[in-house]
Amino acid sequence: MSGFGILSLVTFFPLVGALIIAVQNREAKGNARWIALYTTLFTLGAALYVWAHFDKANAGFQFVEELNWLGGSIKYKMGVDGISVLFVVLTAFLMPLCILASWEAIEERVKEYMIAFLLLETLMLGVFSALDLVLFYLFFEGGLIPMFLIIGVWGGARRVYASFKFFLYTLLGSVLMLLAMMAMYWHAGTTDIPTLMTYKFPADMQWWLWLAFFASFAVKMPMWPVHTWLPDAHVEAPTAGSVILAGILLKMGGYGFLRFSLPMFPLASQEFAPLVFGLSIIAIIYTSLVALAQEDVKKLIAYSSVAHMGFVTMGIFTFTVQGVDGAIFQMLSHGLVSAALFLCVGVVYDRIHTREIAAYGGLVHRMPVYAVVFMVFTLANVGLPGTSGFVGEFLTLVGAFKANTWVAFLATFGVVLSAGYALYLYRRMIFGPLEKPGLRKITDMGYREMVVFAPLVLLTILFGFYPAPLLDVTAVSVKKLVSGYETAIRAASAQAKPEIKTP
Amino acid sequence: MSDLVATYWAAAPEIVLVVGAMALLMLGVFRPETDGQAEAIGWLAVVVLGVAAWLVLDQPPAREVLFDGGFVVDGFARFMKVLTLAASAGSLILSFDYLREARTLKFEYPVLVLLATAGMMMMISANDLIALYLGLELQSLALYVLAAIRRDDLRSSEAGLKYFVLGALSSGMLLYGASLIYGFTGSTSFASIATASKAAGAGQDIGLVIGLVFLLVGLAFKISAVPFHMWTPDVYEGAPTPVTAFFAAAPKAAAIALLMRVTLGAFVGVGPQWQQVVSALAIASMGLGAFAAIGQTNIKRLLAYSAIGNVGYMLIGLAAGSPEGARGMIIYLVIYVAMTLGAFACVLAMRRQAGMVEEIDELAGLAQTNLGLATVLALLMFSLAGIPPLAGFFAKFYVFIAAVKAGLWPLAIFGVLASVVGAYYYVRIVEVMFFDEPRERFLAVPAKAGLIMALAGLFVLLYVVWPAPLVDSADAAARTLF
Repeated sequence: MSGFGILSLVTFFPLVGALIIAVQNREAKGNARWIALYTTLFTLGAALYVWAHFDKANAGFQFVEELNWLGGSIKYKMGVDGISVLFVVLTAFLMPLCILASWEAIEERVKEYMIAFLLLETLMLGVFSALDLVLFYLFFEGGLIPMFLIIGVWGGARRVYASFKFFLYTLLGSVLMLLAMMAMYWHAGTTDIPTLMTYKFPADMQWWLWLAFFASFAVKMPMWPVHTWLPDAHVEAPTAGSVILAGILLKMGGYGFLRFSLPMFPLASQEFAPLVFGLSIIAIIYTSLVALAQEDVKKLIAYSSVAHMGFVTMGIFTFTVQGVDGAIFQMLSHGLVSAALFLCVGVVYDRIHTREIAAYGGLVHRMPVYAVVFMVFTLANVGLPGTSGFVGEFLTLVGAFKANTWVAFLATFGVVLSAGYALYLYRRMIFGPLEKPGLRKITDMGYREMVVFAPLVLLTILFGFYPAPLLDVTAVSVKKLVSGYETAIRAASAQAKPEIKTP
Repeated sequence: MSDLVATYWAAAPEIVLVVGAMALLMLGVFRPETDGQAEAIGWLAVVVLGVAAWLVLDQPPAREVLFDGGFVVDGFARFMKVLTLAASAGSLILSFDYLREARTLKFEYPVLVLLATAGMMMMISANDLIALYLGLELQSLALYVLAAIRRDDLRSSEAGLKYFVLGALSSGMLLYGASLIYGFTGSTSFASIATASKAAGAGQDIGLVIGLVFLLVGLAFKISAVPFHMWTPDVYEGAPTPVTAFFAAAPKAAAIALLMRVTLGAFVGVGPQWQQVVSALAIASMGLGAFAAIGQTNIKRLLAYSAIGNVGYMLIGLAAGSPEGARGMIIYLVIYVAMTLGAFACVLAMRRQAGMVEEIDELAGLAQTNLGLATVLALLMFSLAGIPPLAGFFAKFYVFIAAVKAGLWPLAIFGVLASVVGAYYYVRIVEVMFFDEPRERFLAVPAKAGLIMALAGLFVLLYVVWPAPLVDSADAAARTLF
């Protein structure tokens, strides 16, 4: 229960890799690439070790490490439970793919690029394993620095605008959360997350704390109407940057709701659930319609991400086991699918350097393998049964039906609309005659690219048919979360009733 | 004799500084003026500062009062003195290369730095309005001359003159406040003023409160808090860069320490009265520091507005008026001094064949021509913006956590929002260095600037690994004030 352990190794090993790359010769681009790949593969191995040794029957935190750090009760404390362990694995899984996807796409300043990515990996892994508020904030905010550089240095034409928008939006959302954390510290006397999860904050304080945390997570998620940074950041970021943004950074918002808002502020969560439902429904329907009108592939996928995240927030705030399970599954599945979709865009972008949908058409004639791969992920994005996208959407909708039929009814439109924009995109890019002169010589995916996509295709289909490996891990922790929430609500209403009787 | 030594041992660091300054002055006057002479005297001055710091650290931890209560040495004073001495030594080391190239490296320079530092030490230990004024003036007069040390440079002379005229005005206000306080409490000693301020109805004593306000105005000028900040951008821009680095670090630390002792020590009884003033100064400084810096194109002016903003954050800790707040201020000061010296070391490295450049645009593409310099400056800028895990985050963390405990929500919320606005211009420098097309490369970084730069960069980067020692010692220092 103390000292450094496997989680610190997982978290900080990429940092070691970054340091090794830092001392390499700047001209040795190959070195930087290979070291980054080995580092991320090793990290993945360690993360899989954590997953393999994770006790699914235990709802508490495992692999806990604790060290004195800032003095007082603010400690270096790490640990994972059923909710966070899969995000650790997802992060570690996507990173090697990102490195591989950048292998030839990045030729300028390779060394700095790899360092930025490894740094980002450490910070993202830290977010999911931190068990102290201050430590969590450190990782949560620290990720801004490498991501800002990744978008700004290796991004597209409007990269400066996009990187600043990303940076300032996220920072603005987070600083209020920091103040809320400080208020929690003085009130509860600790920043220890497991302790705070059982601590009962007074109802009016919960109200403010919930709003402060919501400001941060809603921006990160992103929820309508604070989602506008996402399309810009996605479009301008290099492919691997988009993958990380969509695959992992967006999940931090949902993870935050599950880790902080629900267990720590149950009363406020209940009170604000209608607000979240409203925003989720708007996100699902409105951003789906916006996606339908996009001319830019990456922007379309970015808006579709916002819509899918709407399902996640909706599922979380149903406070049902199905809804929360579905939300986590949806996040993991979206982590695979949206990452894969951005990688798909990257494949053609590397070849003809445009993201205009109109510049493509008839790719199936020259790129049959690509067409199949793209098809798998398009259908997964739609949520076709048999792909991982289906399970998450279905479960969140089941949860929503339990909580509020109208919410579920409206959210179902999102499924229809997603089929609309995804298939429309597929038709415009892949089918039709191959007319554009730039596409006549386009080549199909190479071996490196197939290696990148193979695990993604496999997992998307595997989890579509057999979601148990993921759902089993989350089950006990989610049950504990939901029952904790229900106990808190019941206690509050039991407390409220006598007060009404007394006069 | 040994009695005398024992009695005045607590003032030994100051005595060493003053005697050292005199001795070096004599050495400079009576030795032939050669190229190496001024730098040798400069290194000797660094040694004197080091000896003084060693003497401070060597003192027993007790609280000692000298000179009829006018001079106090406690844990807080020792901590701030070491910080001030280190900041002076750091900026002195920074200055040698620059001043030699600019042909202004005169032996008077290190001597003036020593005298200014002696004044700062006096300010930190001041426990009486007269001692306060003595220390403040000794420091200020030396600083006026330092600002104008490049006699042949118009901007430098202008900076010195501006600083002098406005500084004299603020000294006048401070004296006026001090005379009112003396008139209404009957004493200049902080201990007696504290007794008077704790008496019932002291808060309604108009004379005392007006005197306090004038005193605060004088001190606000020294720490360049808005609305008494007007001199800062001009002096920062006009003074030679190493002198600016010196201005930004050591005198700030000393003046903040003095402000803390005056408010938390002498005027502890009328807390609500000065807390309003301090809160207003803090909000105005943070706001102006954040917004006015956005339009700057000169990096020294930008750092001047950054200094104004940072003083605003420190004052949040003072407005909290608690041991946590004082601890937050001390931690903030230490980290701020390190960041400032590092940032000015980077500015000193902006050299081309044609001379120094100060425009932010000149940094364009620095990451491709000199990655080391660009990385350090980027680290310092992210740190100044308060982005974790860098040290600047912890500086803000500790003052905000004190404000939250004290329930100063408007101040805390305004502070964090201002820090987001401030982040824009700090990050813009990173943008220019990393995203833009490279320009002509700079000359190699001078060794001494490189040393300070590396130390500052490592400090802001690695502080997160082992933060406890600074927090604990700042905590101990802050508690001696209460």
